[in-house]
Amino acid sequence: MNNRLQTFTRGLVKENPTYVLLLGLCPTLATTTSAINGLSMGLATLFVLVLSNMAISAIARFVPDKVHIPVYIVVIATFVTVLQLLMQAYTPAIYSALGVFIPLIVVNCIVLGRAEAFAGKNGILDSALDGLGVGAGFIISLTVLGMVREILGTGSVFGWKFISGDGILAFVMAPGAFLCMGYLMVLFNKYLKK
Amino acid sequence: MAAKSNLLNMVLCLTLTCLACSAVLGGIYAMTKEPIDQTNAKILSDSIKAVLPEGGELSGAKTEGDLEYYEYNAGGAVTAYAVKSTTSGFGGPLTLMVGVLPDGTVYNTSVLSHTETPGLGAKCTTDPVFTEQWKNFGPEKILAVKKDHGDVDAITASTITSRAYTEAVKQAVDLVKSLAKEDGNE
Repeated sequence: MNNRLQTFTRGLVKENPTYVLLLGLCPTLATTTSAINGLSMGLATLFVLVLSNMAISAIARFVPDKVHIPVYIVVIATFVTVLQLLMQAYTPAIYSALGVFIPLIVVNCIVLGRAEAFAGKNGILDSALDGLGVGAGFIISLTVLGMVREILGTGSVFGWKFISGDGILAFVMAPGAFLCMGYLMVLFNKYLKK
Repeated sequence: MAAKSNLLNMVLCLTLTCLACSAVLGGIYAMTKEPIDQTNAKILSDSIKAVLPEGGELSGAKTEGDLEYYEYNAGGAVTAYAVKSTTSGFGGPLTLMVGVLPDGTVYNTSVLSHTETPGLGAKCTTDPVFTEQWKNFGPEKILAVKKDHGDVDAITASTITSRAYTEAVKQAVDLVKSLAKEDGNE
């Protein structure tokens, strides 16, 4: 039981995908222009991560070694497309806000990385927990980064404005993404990752 | 651990995986097709309603060049047009629905989709100073931002988005002017 708990919590801090492993930085930097965008992107990735981890751990035993990467990618791409269709149907606002980054979850290194490093070698339940842990770690990282950028850039949190006037606009743009990311990474590794 | 690879099991495995995945996708596509169409139709009809006067009847979609437009009939004559107009903004395509009266007056505008920067260009959907100015924007005013010697108040620090928005409105107005002219000649 303790092991199971560790499988889950490992992804949150010790192997946090964004601040420690530095995986999937492209969607991280691009979608965190506001807290709500970061949160939605994190949730979308969690959905794909958990389902693809489970499916891959179920079929890994039957997949010949030489073709395992193409098989994993097909499975991941299927779940991403399912997610895309569902979001288009039921949450059109978030779908249009995230735009091209939904289909790009297919090539997010975190998803294939977990399939390769964990799901392919472990049971279904463990793989689901691993997906949940890493996904939750990704959600936290993206939401925090989105919040910091939104606060500095526009003076609001989750769209709720607490100062009048504009913030430091550079933080909403790409250079601000790199700056915030760098400082958060330093803080995270200094104080949280023991 | 994974099975040893040979030609037969590799081909078999890839075929089966792809078959299973396409089956899942086909199912989900069939399931979500209707809600997606409904959502898109609702977004479209809501936006048309927002930019046109009340009462009267709407025609089906018509196209002229790259633009899609709807005619709006009241009392047997076309009293307004709703034009779907796309230009490229700062972050990507910016698509507007523009309601225009036959004399070239802009009745109202609404944003269908955009990828502008939150807190900057994205204000084109929320900033009241910017959005309200389009209501009854008369044909005598110049469709260009003030920086370009026009009559449009740009959004602070978002000149590119404001220009794109203005350009989209201009496309729509130009289309309606040419349509109204054709009707007059008949």
